[in-house]
Amino acid sequence: MAGSEWTDPRPLSPHLQIWKYHATMAASITHRATGIAMYFGSFLIAAWIISLAAGPEAYGFVETVIQHPLSNIVLFLWAVAVMFHLANGIKYLFWDGPKIGFSPKVASGVAVFNYIFAVAAAAGIFAAAALIG
Amino acid sequence: MTNKSTAIGSVRGLGAAKSGTEHFIHQRVSAIALAILVPWFIYAVIAATKSGFSGAEAFVAKPWNAILLILTFGAALYHMRLGVQTVIEDYIAKSGTRQALLILNTFAVFALMAGTILSVMKIWISAGA
Repeated sequence: MAGSEWTDPRPLSPHLQIWKYHATMAASITHRATGIAMYFGSFLIAAWIISLAAGPEAYGFVETVIQHPLSNIVLFLWAVAVMFHLANGIKYLFWDGPKIGFSPKVASGVAVFNYIFAVAAAAGIFAAAALIG
Repeated sequence: MTNKSTAIGSVRGLGAAKSGTEHFIHQRVSAIALAILVPWFIYAVIAATKSGFSGAEAFVAKPWNAILLILTFGAALYHMRLGVQTVIEDYIAKSGTRQALLILNTFAVFALMAGTILSVMKIWISAGA
């Protein structure tokens, strides 16, 4: 081996402490975090449908819990998590399938868009629910 | 970059780890299903919860709603199991704890599947649709 220059074109694994903070990395972490949050959220959705099958008494209890102001905050955060995971997940499908959106500029732009979309879509869902309900 | 794998290795396409390809594909196929089902599910939750117990029961008792609910629960819980399996494998290094959490993950997902799907079926069947 002559010289110390690294000529292998393969990308190097980044070191944790010098890993530059950027949008795609934040989106990746948020994707995982929202996924784990929804894991626990699924127990609540299960509680809703199981109480519906159990009868009016059980459903009435769950309904009172859902209508509590604190539950509205949880529901809104649930909607944000679902919308983020959905939008960001579709991004991954475009990466893995047709390999679209890999260039750093597009990838960063989409990552930022997903955050804005998640909050806007969750607000839209709540507005629609208020109109219907 | 030159391909250093043998001909049979390339055909099998399993890489050095020998497994994981199936997990990867299942994760994405369930994701495609959920990209369609989740927007519907959001609508379903709003439509089903707006008019109390009887309204929710009537919503779930409709055949299409019952079918889509079961598909959503099935795909979401399967996707969830695969995702959390990866998280556990990534972050829990201690073998015993890791195995215990992986088993717990499997049990939790199957319990949720049984509970949610059976509930939808009970509502649907008892409505006599």
